[in-house]
Formats: sequence, C-alpha cells, structure tokens
Amino acid sequence: MSKPAAEEPLHYDDALLRRILTNTRTIAMVGASPDWVRPSNFAMKYLQRKGYRVIPVNPGHAGKDILGETTYARLRDIPDKFDMVDVFRTSDAVGAIADEAIEVAAGKGARVLWMQLGVRDDAAAERAEAAGLTVVMNRCPKIEYGRLFGELGWSGVNTGIISSKRRKPRA
Amino acid sequence: MNDKPKKAPAAGEYGIETLAIHAGASPEPVTGARNTPIYQTTSYVFEDVEHAADLFNLQTFGFIYSRLTNPTVAVLEERMAALEGGRAAVCAASGHAAQFLAFFTLLEPGDEFISSINLYGGSITQFGHSFKRLGWTCHFVDPTDPENFQKALTPRCKAIFIEVLANPGGIVLDVEPIAAIAREAGIPLIVDNTMATPYLCRPMEWGADLVIHSTTKFLSGHGTSMGGALIESGRFDWARDGKFPTMTEPDPAYHGLTFFETFGDFGFTMKARTVALRDFGPAMSPANAFYTITGIESLPVRMERHVANAGIVAEFLDAHPFVAWVSYAGLKNSPYHALAKKYLPRGAGSVFTFGLKGGYEAGIRLVESVNLFSHLANVGDTRSLILHPASTTHRQLTDEQRQAAGAGPDVIRLSIGLETADDLLADLDQALG
Ligand SMILES: Cc1ncc(COP(=O)(O)O)c(C=O)c1O
Repeated sequence: MSKPAAEEPLHYDDALLRRILTNTRTIAMVGASPDWVRPSNFAMKYLQRKGYRVIPVNPGHAGKDILGETTYARLRDIPDKFDMVDVFRTSDAVGAIADEAIEVAAGKGARVLWMQLGVRDDAAAERAEAAGLTVVMNRCPKIEYGRLFGELGWSGVNTGIISSKRRKPRA
Repeated sequence: MNDKPKKAPAAGEYGIETLAIHAGASPEPVTGARNTPIYQTTSYVFEDVEHAADLFNLQTFGFIYSRLTNPTVAVLEERMAALEGGRAAVCAASGHAAQFLAFFTLLEPGDEFISSINLYGGSITQFGHSFKRLGWTCHFVDPTDPENFQKALTPRCKAIFIEVLANPGGIVLDVEPIAAIAREAGIPLIVDNTMATPYLCRPMEWGADLVIHSTTKFLSGHGTSMGGALIESGRFDWARDGKFPTMTEPDPAYHGLTFFETFGDFGFTMKARTVALRDFGPAMSPANAFYTITGIESLPVRMERHVANAGIVAEFLDAHPFVAWVSYAGLKNSPYHALAKKYLPRGAGSVFTFGLKGGYEAGIRLVESVNLFSHLANVGDTRSLILHPASTTHRQLTDEQRQAAGAGPDVIRLSIGLETADDLLADLDQALG
C-alpha cells in the first residue's frame, strides 16, 4: 500500500458506494497484475467471483491472459463496453489515466472512476467529475464490496454498518 | 417536526450504548435469527475447489476452520473494533493469548519493547520470563514520568506497552505524552484497556495504535468466560521506516503475500489471525464469544454501577480507622485524580487497592473474614471480589517488582461488583473487625 494520502480525509456515503457496486457489471482494471500474490490480482479474482467481469489493462502484458481475460495496453484498446475504471497504479500515474477515461467514457459507457486504497489525485478527480464521472478515491472495491455486503465483518473488520434488517444480497 | 428527510447516523456516529448492543450483529441472513447464534462448528463447507483455494490464499473473505475464524467470534471481533473506535479486531482464548498474538506479529527474535511496570502481575511474568525465551526483551519502566519511556528507547525497540488504568492499584497513566514518544520513535503504542473498558476510556482517541483486552473481565462481565481481543486503529504506517518486516515484506508462509500492502489498514489483525492464531492456535471458543457478546450488551449500565459502588466503598475505606491508605483514582486525594478526570471522565473503574494499618496479618484476616466479597483471583465480575496480590497474582515477582507494581505485603485489592452498596460496606466493616 502506498502512503496514506495526506489531504483531508475522504468521505463517501455507504448508499453511494452500494449504488455503484450494484449498478456496475464490467470493470476495466488499470494496473492488473498476472502475479497471483499481488493485491490487484486478489481484487480481480474476488470481483470475478462476485459476478463482475474484470478486463485487465496493463501495457506490459498486452495480449496476454490474466484470470481468463485478455489484457489490453490502454483503455481505448478495449473492444467491449465497461461501466467503471478501477486504477491500481500510484497516485502520480492517475492524471493520465483519468484523462484517458474521460476521453473514452462516452463511447464505452463508463460512469465511474475508482482509485485504489492509497491512490488519490484531487485534480484528476475534479476533471473527471466535471466530465460527468462519479469518482471514488483511496478505497478498494473488493474491501468495500465485502464491507457493504456483509463479508468483511467475518474477518473482524469494523464495517460501520448497524442494522436490524435482514441483509439483502446484491441485486 | 421538520420535513427534511431524516438521515440515519453514519458509521461512527452511534453512541456507545447502541454499539454495545448492535455492532457486528445484524440478524442472521438465512433464518432471520435476531440474537447472534452460537456457531458450534469446527469447519465450513466450501462452495467448490476454487472457493477453497481462494479462502486458503486469503483471496476472499470467509470461513475455513474455527481456529482462524468463526461467525460467532467474528461478531465479537467487529463489536470490539467498533467499541474501541478501531478498524479491526481479532479475538483469542484469553487476554494473555491476545498479548502473545500482538507481540508475535510485531517482533523478531532479538527485538525489544518497553513496558510500564504498573501491570497485571501475569503480564509482568509473561513479558519478563516467557517472552525472554522467545528472544524478546522487555524493558520495564516507571510510567509516572513519561520521559522514562523516551530514555529506555533502543534501536531494536518495536513497541511501548501500558495499562491506562493499571491493575491492581488505582494508577492512571498520562497516555498522550507516551503516545507522542511512540509516534516520534515510529513504533506502536499498545494499551491494555482491560481495567477501564471502552466505556470509560478509548485509548485510540489519545494516540494508541493497538488496544488489548482481557474480555474475561468487565466485558464478559459475569465471571463466566475467558477471552481476549487485539484491536488495531488502522492508522499506524507499518512501512514508515522498515522496522516491521513481518508486515511489509513478502510472507513465505503465504507464497510471498505482503500483508500491509494487501490488507492495508486491517493488515495487522489479518497477520495476527492468519499467522500467529493459525500456527499457535489460541482460538476463542464460540460459546465464550456468545457469553461475552451478551455481557457487552449491558456493559454501559454495568460500568455505571461498578463505578458508583466503587466510589462509595473507596470513601468508606478512606475514612475507616483501620485503613492506612486507599489508592483509588476516583478519590479527590488521589495523586491520579486529575489524570482520571482527563482520561476516565465517567469514572476511575472499580478495581483498586488499599493498605491496612495492621499490615500483612490484618490483610490475611480480612480476606478470610468477608462473607459477601469472594476471595479469588479475578476482577470485573458482577460479584465483589477481594484478593491479597502479594500472595496470589503477584506472587511470582520479586519484592521490588511487587512494590513497584503496587502489590506490597500490606496491600488488598478489591473489585467492586453490582451488589447493594450498603451491604458491601457492612461486609467490609464486620470483616475489618
Ligand atoms: C489488566 C489485565 N491484562 C491482562 C490480563 C490477562 O487476561 P487473561 O486472564 O484473560 O489471560 C488480566 C487478567 O487478570 C488483566 O487484569
């Protein structure tokens, strides 16, 4: 994990994150690694098991297979549509990725730009939001999925969720 | 009533009484069972081979075997994390086991740590003797001057350990400057919060990085169940200066996985669970977790009464002609009264010591003459308890260690329970003779 971002803490409503994770079907994961002990590979595999299609983007592995999916060098090379771009790169690489995401968003149907734990670029987030994308920074979709849909507490993590209702599975 | 849509409190906005009852315990999703079931099972069926592989590789969340995780224990873990305002928790078979999990996850052979000398006697023995055999050296310091921690720092020191409200003797530590010393040194401050409970003090609000509990005491609260918990704040940067290779370097026991990178702000408890708990095995039983969860539901109301009764008994003893001194930080004449006001504003706990003018002999007579107080080695029960530390919990220590720990030969320790206060006074009065 990179150093925690020094800027003021980010807050995202659980309802917003739940909506994103419920409406998203296909994720373009920038920085996905073929090495199975890397966090990106963990997240990709987990999200696949939860029913998402995850398309890896990694110029070093373009054309190769990661977890059954063909890897592309850039977002614009992906032939299919995707709902969300998940950035598994360091914060200094986010600017260019965000600009590319903004450029292809309309054509690909992407509505969300998500940056991993420890990854944050407020200027890039502003540009993406101005272009109509929803932005989440410094969070992991695997961890947030686990937290909101009841699995993270199994590992003793404080999910912050208090409810007297029966948990509903993801639609 | 205004007609603005009302918002449910966000995470972290609920009061401690609500968290004590609800945190971690939504209804069981399959049956709707409202109370947390006791999952009395050792193991869990895999969905398929792939799922099993994902679980063993820590690629997904879920249950394999109850030495690692159990759904009942998990409810208690999340509740402990919520009560302490932490990110995550791992439970263990006892408080001592939780301490072991913390230090095994922090230290390599040859490493050192600093501890306050004002500790539960069993912890002094664990740190000073048993840990030494694992190659871990503990430097004990007098905590009443925080500078003593600074002076004891060595390059291989990997943690500072304190009890904020110390067992046995009414001592309250000035946590903030000690936390500042730990932060400056780039090492975690570990606080044993057993005596205060999160109802009276939340050490992470004062800079603690890890909190330890013997849940055996006030949390389970009824003298029924052994247990321990280790909670992490999620705010410690394990990668800051390479001091914690167990967190930041590839783990050979998990094919080269790096815990801090992979699990981030709950990486420490993940490591404690999937390495220390897995390989040494001091897991909490689901039944004990259930009793502890049930106990915690009433923690806030119990602690209010514990503290109120303790104040009444301490004042009574303070005025008693046969009593030489009372060490209870809730008394105005205590040197720790100001610190108690700051760190324990709801009360200074219900465990304290006092000395008898008649010394050792009078102490023995007292513990043998009480009728309501139980003479036994525990604290934090509904029942009031009495003990002579020098001959029991602190017996393994040297004379100097006993004095330093506030457990000299004339010292009696009380743990004040929830009985009628007047009955407790009458019992002590007749036993004091
Ligand atoms: C302050 C404190 N810490 C730790 C422990 C050890 O806990 P356990 O007995 O659950 O192992 C105790 C037990 O008396 C204690 O009082």
